[in-house]
Amino acid sequence: MSKDRYRVGSFEFTSRLFVGTGKYADFDQMKRCLDASQTQVVTVAVRRDVLTSDNTAKRDSILDHLDLKRLTVLPNTAGCFTAKDAIRAAKLSRELLDGLGNPGADWVKLEVLADKKTLLPDPIGTLEATEALVKDDFDVLTYSTDDPILCRRLKDAGATSVMPLGSPIGSGQGILNPNNIQLCLEYLKEGDPEYPVIVDAGVGTASDVTIAMELGADGVLLNTGIAGARNPVLMAEAMAHAVEAGRQAYLAGRIPRKRYATASSPMEGVIASRAPQTTPA
Amino acid sequence: MRIILNGQEEIVPDETTVAQLLQRRQVEPVRVAVEINEDIVPRRTFDDRIICEGDHIEIATFVGGG
Repeated sequence: MSKDRYRVGSFEFTSRLFVGTGKYADFDQMKRCLDASQTQVVTVAVRRDVLTSDNTAKRDSILDHLDLKRLTVLPNTAGCFTAKDAIRAAKLSRELLDGLGNPGADWVKLEVLADKKTLLPDPIGTLEATEALVKDDFDVLTYSTDDPILCRRLKDAGATSVMPLGSPIGSGQGILNPNNIQLCLEYLKEGDPEYPVIVDAGVGTASDVTIAMELGADGVLLNTGIAGARNPVLMAEAMAHAVEAGRQAYLAGRIPRKRYATASSPMEGVIASRAPQTTPA
Repeated sequence: MRIILNGQEEIVPDETTVAQLLQRRQVEPVRVAVEINEDIVPRRTFDDRIICEGDHIEIATFVGGG
C-alpha cells in the first residue's frame, strides 16, 4: 500500500489519517500518539497567545512538540460560530503558517458551527465563509453536515475538499448515516474521482474509521477517538491499521449483501442420511 | 497610551511599533499572528506599524485542536 497516494490541494500524502492535537494529557502523549497513528497531517486551532505579565515565563508552545519536517499543519477555525469569525481565524492561521515556513500555507479546515450543544456546522455560514475564503485564495477544506446537496454546493463554491461528518464532534457515535456518506461521495466524485473527501468527526473506535474508508472516503480526520481512549497510544496504532484495512477493502471491492447463505464448501459429496430442506420445516 | 491587547487594557508608550510590543512581551514574531482592529498586520510590517491610542490588538498563536 506504500504507493497509494492521494492529493489534497497542493499536497500529496500516503497516510489517510488526519489527526487532531487537542485533549491529550500532555505534549509527550500527543507526540507518541501522532507517531503511532503514522499521520502526516495534524490539525491545530488558533487562539489568543497567553501573554505573561512578568515577561519571564517561557511559554510551552505546541509548535515545539510537532515534527514540522514530517508533519503538515492544518489550522482549523474551531470555535467559530459566524462566517466572519471563521474568516478572521483563517487569516490569522495563514499568517502563522507563513511564519513557520510551512509549505502551501494557504489551506484551512473551515468550521462554522451552529450551536454549542451539537457543534453541528451552520450550513449557510459555512457556504458563505467557503465562498469568501476561496475568493481570498485559500485552499478550503470545509467541515460539513453529511447532506449530499450541501456538500455539492460547497464543492461548487470552490472548496478544495469537503469533509462530511460521521456524527457530531467528539460524540464517538461513528458513521451514523453511511447512506448519506455514500451519496456525498457519489456527488462529490461524479466526473472527478480524485476529488478528496475526508470524513471528519464522530469517530469512536477503529471500526468507524474502517467503515468510512470502505465507503470510499479518501481519508478520515479524528481527534477525540484517540485522545479520549483509555490507552491513547494503543488506539492511535489501531487507527493506523483501521484506515489501511478500510482502504484496502474499498480497493478490493466488497461482496454484495445477500439475504440468504452461499456455501463456501461444495455441496457435492456431502456424507449425509437425507437431503437438506430448502425451506424451514 | 491605552490599548486593548488580547481583550485586556494595557498602557504602552506612544509611537510603539508592533515589533516593540512583541519584544516587550517576549513574543517571538515568527510564532504569532497579529491583528489590529480586526485587520491582519503582515509580519514584514511589524517593524513599521505604529500602534495608535485605543487600538484593539490580538496576538494569536496555535494551540492543540481537532
